[in-house]
Amino acid sequence: MNFYAIKSIYLFEMARTWRTLMESIASPVLSTSLYFIVFGSAIGSRIADVDGVSYGAFIVPGLIMLSILTESISNAAFGIYMPKFSGTIYELLSAPVSALETVLGYVGAAASKSIILGTIILITARFFVDFSIEHPVWMVAFLILTSVTFSLFGFIIGIWADSFQRLQLIPLMVVTPLTFLGGSFYSINMLPPFWQKVALFNPVVYLVSGFRWSFFGVADVNVAVSLGMTLIFMAACLTGIWWIFRTGYRLKA
Amino acid sequence: MKPLDSSHASPPAASERAIISVSGLNKIYGSGFQALRNVDLEISRGEIFALLGPNGAGKTTLISIICGIVNPSMGIVLADGHDIVRDYRGARSKIGLVPQELSTDAFESVWDTVTFSRGLFGKAPNPAYIEKILKDLSLWEKKDNRIMTLSGGMKRRVMIAKALSHEPTILFLDEPTAGVDVELRRDMWEMVRSLRDNGVTIILTTHYIEEAEEMADRIGVINKGEIVLVEDKTVLMRKLGRKQLTLQLQHPLNAVPAALSGYDLTLSEDGLQLIYDFDAQSEETGIAGLLRLLSEQGIDFKDLHTSQSSLEDIFVDLVRGRA
Repeated sequence: MNFYAIKSIYLFEMARTWRTLMESIASPVLSTSLYFIVFGSAIGSRIADVDGVSYGAFIVPGLIMLSILTESISNAAFGIYMPKFSGTIYELLSAPVSALETVLGYVGAAASKSIILGTIILITARFFVDFSIEHPVWMVAFLILTSVTFSLFGFIIGIWADSFQRLQLIPLMVVTPLTFLGGSFYSINMLPPFWQKVALFNPVVYLVSGFRWSFFGVADVNVAVSLGMTLIFMAACLTGIWWIFRTGYRLKA
Repeated sequence: MKPLDSSHASPPAASERAIISVSGLNKIYGSGFQALRNVDLEISRGEIFALLGPNGAGKTTLISIICGIVNPSMGIVLADGHDIVRDYRGARSKIGLVPQELSTDAFESVWDTVTFSRGLFGKAPNPAYIEKILKDLSLWEKKDNRIMTLSGGMKRRVMIAKALSHEPTILFLDEPTAGVDVELRRDMWEMVRSLRDNGVTIILTTHYIEEAEEMADRIGVINKGEIVLVEDKTVLMRKLGRKQLTLQLQHPLNAVPAALSGYDLTLSEDGLQLIYDFDAQSEETGIAGLLRLLSEQGIDFKDLHTSQSSLEDIFVDLVRGRA
């Protein structure tokens, strides 16, 4: 195992985070704060409790998930896309580094950043609304699991993308709608019966539901199902990455 | 740029074993284009090997396969005894690569990017060594500068520093002096020599014949994916050392007179040109003797000129001959 390489990639990617602190941390925190002010305080005060939880608190897990999903994807995708774009990928390809080490470095850094960000948003949220966390260990587990899984997904997008437009395409056209429709702002029980069934095809529903369960002990779907679906998605991403390195897809001629 | 005194490198090993051995290497790209055809090549330990060839001949493909950037279609490559596919860690940790394209990070500092490279190749941090490389490459003053603020020549040096950061024993320089000013080119040549003196094997591609002449111990020519010639530079230079003296005669001859048989002479078809092949580098070219004999034989000439074949001629002949 080339530990120096993992460490180098990880630190290199994290250095980018610190260098772009404003964009990386401050802007997601700011936009989340806006959500809390608008939905949590202003509109939320007119909305009845959902599943016995005040609306302001109810949206906290969903908003954290929203940030983690988009940030994990865009960080991991950008991290591996940049060397492809600038041409510096030659060095990674010619280095004595295995696929596993590459992924640990890039995905590890992207996931770390998401976890830091999620924690900051959680703390920020506490300033706006009152809530407690019922299952803190599971909360951390879901946070880490989701960050890692979606960083893996972002890594695949970064490899697949051959332009900056494409880099933005999936997060913008697929992930954001799925997240908004995935119950970040509502319980899917609030939907008409037909749309409740449709919603179950949305993987984000399971993430948000599981994460919300760790906070309030209430969930749209069984928490074991949530965990299972997350793990299935993670396995799918790992398979995709395994295939990429096996075939050299968009990496090696 | 001061010459690199790489005390870290192994002393010039007297191993007879080739440090790189390529056998039966083929590369067919997805488009169906065959970039390499049955390439067999051995690079000796500690030599400077120049790979010459026109654009699109397969130079970069060959290097990219050895370095792990392109997958081979068929064939085996060993780098210092390590199979580049099965034992890629062993092979790659020995190799440093400076690619042709100027590809660098933008926002990172020179120091960070070189340190990153060393780690990537699995070496423990060694700030003293990185400092030495940067000083040798006249980059020390710029170590905290963002790479994007550097000039093209400086970026090229950064790429060399990155390639040397893990103390490779084999260094690939793909068109190292393309688009580089004269001063940097001289510096690079000097650096390459001092690396070689410290036991590093160097493979460079170029299409400057002058560069190959100046630097290389051996020269290989590749064209249309095939190695068409591999030769010691001195042997090649001896061939190049051949000169021709052409004499325009007053009166045509039917045959070369017997008295001149001691000279390597040929007569043109019309009998009006006498051509003498000689070695320009030897002490005695024989020209004076030949001219004396000619006047003794009463053979008059109205004009004479000499010509020398260059590496370029040989190169062009080879490339055309295979076209």
